[in-house]
Amino acid sequence: MRRVRAPFLPALLVLLALIAVLPIVTNNASLREELFLMFMLITLASSINIIMGYTGYVSFGHIVFFGIGGYIAFWLMFTFNAHFLLAAVAGALPAAAIAALIGIPILRLRGAYFALATIGINEAMKAFVTNFEPFGGAVGMFFNFSIYGAYGGARDAAQLAYYTMVVVALATIATSYFVRRSKFGLALMAIREDQDVAMVVGIDPARAKVYAYVISSFFPALAGATFFFKNGIIEPSHAFDLLRSIESLVMVVLGGIGTVAGPIVGAAVYEWLRGFLITNPTFANFQLFLAGLLLLVVVLFVTAGLVGYLRNRFPPLRSYIQ
Amino acid sequence: MSLDALIPSAIDGLMLGFVYGLAAMGLTLIFGVMKVINLSHGPIIALGMFVVLLLSQSLGINPYIGLIAALVIGLAFGVVIYFIAVDRVINAPELTTLLATFSVNLMIIGVGTAVFTTSPRAIDIDLGALRGGGITLRGTQVVAAVVAILAAAALYGFLFRTRLGKSIRAVANNRAAAELMGIDSRRMLALSFGIGTALAMTSGALLSTLFSFTILSGTTYEIKSFVIVVLGGLGNPTGALVGGIVLGVLEGVTTVFIPVSWVPVLEYVIFVLILLVRPSGLLGSRA
Repeated sequence: MRRVRAPFLPALLVLLALIAVLPIVTNNASLREELFLMFMLITLASSINIIMGYTGYVSFGHIVFFGIGGYIAFWLMFTFNAHFLLAAVAGALPAAAIAALIGIPILRLRGAYFALATIGINEAMKAFVTNFEPFGGAVGMFFNFSIYGAYGGARDAAQLAYYTMVVVALATIATSYFVRRSKFGLALMAIREDQDVAMVVGIDPARAKVYAYVISSFFPALAGATFFFKNGIIEPSHAFDLLRSIESLVMVVLGGIGTVAGPIVGAAVYEWLRGFLITNPTFANFQLFLAGLLLLVVVLFVTAGLVGYLRNRFPPLRSYIQ
Repeated sequence: MSLDALIPSAIDGLMLGFVYGLAAMGLTLIFGVMKVINLSHGPIIALGMFVVLLLSQSLGINPYIGLIAALVIGLAFGVVIYFIAVDRVINAPELTTLLATFSVNLMIIGVGTAVFTTSPRAIDIDLGALRGGGITLRGTQVVAAVVAILAAAALYGFLFRTRLGKSIRAVANNRAAAELMGIDSRRMLALSFGIGTALAMTSGALLSTLFSFTILSGTTYEIKSFVIVVLGGLGNPTGALVGGIVLGVLEGVTTVFIPVSWVPVLEYVIFVLILLVRPSGLLGSRA
C-alpha cells in the first residue's frame, strides 16, 4: 500500500502564521498582546514536551531557563545597549550551556528525584539572582524608555518583540516535530519506555537525555529574552516563577503529552480559558479553583489529553495529527 | 561577628527546626507509603494556620485548642483528598500524581484567596519569655517545639506500637504482600494521606503562633519541607525530623555569618547537592 504522509508540519506552521498576522492586518493591539502571550506559552509548553513528553523526565523547574535567558539578555541590553536580537541569542546560548552542565548530573536521577532537583535548581537560581547586585538584586532592572528609541520607539519595539516571539514559537514547533520524527526522537522515546532496554539496543541514554534537555532549554531562554525586552522590567520572582513552570506542564498534559500538536492546543485552550475566567465576574475569584478542577479532571479521566484523546478515538486522524 | 550571637541563633533555629520537621514528616510519610510527592502540602500548611485564626477570632478559642482542631480537620481532609485526587491514579507514573496533587493545590489556593484574600494575618498570643544565660526564648517558640516533639513521638508510637500503624508500614513496605496478609491497602493509603495532611496542618497551626502569614505562606514552608525531606531521605520520618533540626539550626547559625538573603541560596544548593550525591539522605544507606 502506498504510504501517504499528510503535510502535517507545513499545514500547522501556515495556520499559526496566518493567526499571527491577524492582529497586524486588523491593526488590533489588544489581540496582538494576547497572541504574544499565547505564542510564548506555546514555546514553553512545546519545549518542555521534548524533555517531558518524549523523554519522560518531568522538568518541574523548567522556567529557570526562561529566567536565565531573560536576565542575561536584559542585562546586555541594559548595560551595553546591545541590540535586542543579538542579546536574545547571547542570552539563550549560556542558558543552553547551563542546561548541558546541570543536565549531566541531574539527568542521572530518575522519577520524583529529578523533578525535585529541577525545583531546587530554579529556587537556587532565583535566590541567587535576588542577591546578585549586577542584575539589580531583589528589585531587578528596568529600562529607561529611551532604550526603545533604537527600534523606532516603543510601538515598533513591541512589534519587533511580537514577530520574534512568533518566529521562536514556530521554530520550537518545527524542532519538536523533527525531533519526534527522527532517530534521535525514537531513542528518547525508548528511554521513556524503558531506559535499561534502550541501553541494550545500543542507545546512549546519558548523551541523548542531555541533548534533549539542552534543546528544550534553548527556546524558553529566547522566549524569556523576548518577553522581558517587551516588558521593560525584570525581577527575580517574575523571571523564575515556579507557578508558570507548572502551568506549562499543565498545558502539555491538557493538550496531549508526547504529541507535537498537544502543547499548542493545550496552551491555546488554557490561555483562552483563563482569559474567559478572569473577565467573567462570576468566576474571576474562583479562576484558580476552576483551573485546578479542570486539571484534575484531565489527569484523572483524559490521561492522553485532548489531542491524544482524539487520536485514540478516531484512529484515521493519526496520520494527520502528530 | 561574635560567638555570643551564635548560641542564641542556634537555639532559635533548633526550636523552629522541630516545627519544620513536623511539616516535613507529613510530606515524607505520604511519599514513603505511596511514592506520591504531595504538591498540595504548602496550601495545607496554610490551611492549618487559618483554622487556628478563624477559631480564635470568631469563637475566641485558644490557639492551642485550635491546634487540635487543625489536626482533626487535617486528618479528615487528607482522607477526602486521597479519595478524590489520588486513589484513581495511585499506580500511574509520577507526573500524574504530581499534577493531581498540584490540582488540589490550585483549588485550595483559589478558594483561599477568594475567601481570605492575601492580606497578612497574625495570631495575637504572648506567653512571655524564658530568660537565662543571655538567651531569651519566646514562650510560643518553646511551646511550638514541645508540641512538635510530642506529635512526632505520637506518630512513632502509632506507627510502631499499634496494629493500624504496623499495617501502614506493611503497606509501605510491600503493598501486594500486605494485601495477601489481609490488610485493606486502600484504607491504609487513605489513612496515611490523612495523617500526612494532619501533620502538615498541625505544623501550620504552630507556625501561625510564631509568624504572621497569608494564604500563600505555605509555599515557603512547602519548599523547606522538600529540602528537609531530601536531607533526611525521602520516605523516612526520623530523617525528616533530623533534617528539620539541621535546616532550622543551619538557618539560625548562617545568619550570623552571611546576610539573611543569602541563606536560601545555600539551602537550595545543599538540597540539589544532596539529591545528586546522596539521594537516600544523610541518614540513609549509601545509594
